[in-house]
Amino acid sequence: MSGDPVSDGEDGSVLDLSDDDGDDGVVATQAPDHRRPSNTGDTVRFVLRGIGQTLITGGLIILLFVVYEVYVTNIFAHQRQVRVHNALEKKWASGQDPLALPGGNQSAIPIGSGIANIYIPRFGRDFAFTVVQGTDDVSLEKGPGHYNDTALPGETGNFAIAGHRVGKGEPFLNLDHLKAGDDVIIETRAKWYVYVVEGDPRTGNLSVRDANNVPGREIVNPSDGQVLLAVPDNPGRTPSSHDRYLTMTTCHPKFTATQRMVLHAQLDPSLTAARSGTTMPSSISALYNKAGV
Amino acid sequence: MYTWIWRHLPGTMPLKLLQTLVLVAAVSALLLFVVFPWVEPHLPINKVTVNHQ
Repeated sequence: MSGDPVSDGEDGSVLDLSDDDGDDGVVATQAPDHRRPSNTGDTVRFVLRGIGQTLITGGLIILLFVVYEVYVTNIFAHQRQVRVHNALEKKWASGQDPLALPGGNQSAIPIGSGIANIYIPRFGRDFAFTVVQGTDDVSLEKGPGHYNDTALPGETGNFAIAGHRVGKGEPFLNLDHLKAGDDVIIETRAKWYVYVVEGDPRTGNLSVRDANNVPGREIVNPSDGQVLLAVPDNPGRTPSSHDRYLTMTTCHPKFTATQRMVLHAQLDPSLTAARSGTTMPSSISALYNKAGV
Repeated sequence: MYTWIWRHLPGTMPLKLLQTLVLVAAVSALLLFVVFPWVEPHLPINKVTVNHQ
């Protein structure tokens, strides 16, 4: 039926049908005559079809890769995150604190194991991740990873963590939505710590710098490791006892590896609370009301 | 290629369709669970860390 009847369009459908049948018959009988001389045409058609199918197949594979990156990796990462979270809760419940390090030597913490939980009220009440030790690929597929040998939660210096922005659990998907003055809560076996994102909390402006010249947010090159320094962006500087930073890094712009988005926050010691049991102290849960969630 | 595969699938139309579905599922699974996880670390995407000595 796909052939176009030449001039029978006005002769009615019945004639049309019979005509089509006739055409088919003609084509069938003429086919061998057509094919024999047009071998090159067949080859060209075969090659073109091959190229077309290859391109379509390639496109489908790339689409499937996007699905993999954006959805499938999240499923795997979520399973790993649940496992590492449960392991940490179990450890805490049995009285072990992975951060209680005699001599402060972090190499005692197994790479890829949970060390603390992170909550960010701005991202909603259900935003909770267990931070693991280490920033290698495998560790980062479990959850946000702590840069080895940067400070531990609550310590003087810079507690620096990295997290995926797209796929792989995407803990830092909305890191660009944080504003100056937003709270980042870190739960360890012993304490609750609250870090406040740098910048001007009244306007939410993240580019305002603190006394140490540390901004709330900066976009840097992947090689700019000075954002992880004990006093971020201050090479050679020894942090004083009240310089207690939290730094979070992720990719920027989304889906690329060209640059890194970096957020700095500073500990608010007045909000540090002892941890007993699994429930959030009211002073900490009040931060969710403050964020309006 | 696709025509060739279709022609070589045995059975009637519904059977061929079923085999096609199985083939598509098998290829997708191979890509999602073997090929992509292997390829991905070599691609310049999704790097979230800064240089750390």
